Amino acid sequence: MRTQSARRGDSLYIYLTGELDEHSVAAARAEADGLIDSNAGLSRAVFNLAGVKFMDSTGIGFLIGRYKRLKRYGMGMFVEEPNAGADKILQLSGLYSIMPKL
Amino acid sequence: MNEMQLKFLSRSENEVFARNVVAAFALPLSPTLSELSDVKTAVSEAVTNCIVHGYRGGEGWVTLACKTEGAWLHIEISDSGSGIDDISKALTPFYTSLPEEERSGMGFTIMQTFMSDFSVQSEKGKGTTVRMSKQFGAKAEGDAR
Repeated sequence: MRTQSARRGDSLYIYLTGELDEHSVAAARAEADGLIDSNAGLSRAVFNLAGVKFMDSTGIGFLIGRYKRLKRYGMGMFVEEPNAGADKILQLSGLYSIMPKL
Repeated sequence: MNEMQLKFLSRSENEVFARNVVAAFALPLSPTLSELSDVKTAVSEAVTNCIVHGYRGGEGWVTLACKTEGAWLHIEISDSGSGIDDISKALTPFYTSLPEEERSGMGFTIMQTFMSDFSVQSEKGKGTTVRMSKQFGAKAEGDAR
């Protein structure tokens, strides 16, 4: 799992690349939380999932965890470019109601 | 008809191994990309359960058995770990026995939704076995084979 970020206007973009499962989630969590903490003044974070080749329900837990952290900073969360598999899981779990897909 | 059996340690790096092995085994059935993705996700959920819940992070054996039969892929994933206290609770969407660990509680829901057939058998202190099957080409799907 690789994490990259970019700041555009008042948005933090977090790009995830690789396979998100129980094995890789701890590192992704630490990196994403570090990025969120150091950009706490922004108004929203966008998770770009274009590079996520595989994701299971561990990804749901990961995204909800980041959503809660962002909420504490008053930041909104959005998701963009999930592949078909990730999209299916995100829809099934109803996550788009709290982190809309752009 | 084809069959395979595999035994591996309950280490999280074996999740990617297990789901890719099953995908490779299923390839002769010419699944669509979306069917293959469903199977990989369901296998990943079952193996994660063995590691996280069955053995609670400790080391034990996970067994994986697969069989193809016509357009069907049958998968059986077992551990000899702690077993499930209350299966109907465990099957409830968003229920997790480890709420402090940032878990979604969606593992069994995903297995049930993504596979054609699903069953789970568990005995306290003895272990858990998940059986699930997927019929490929069951419905017309938009993506290319």
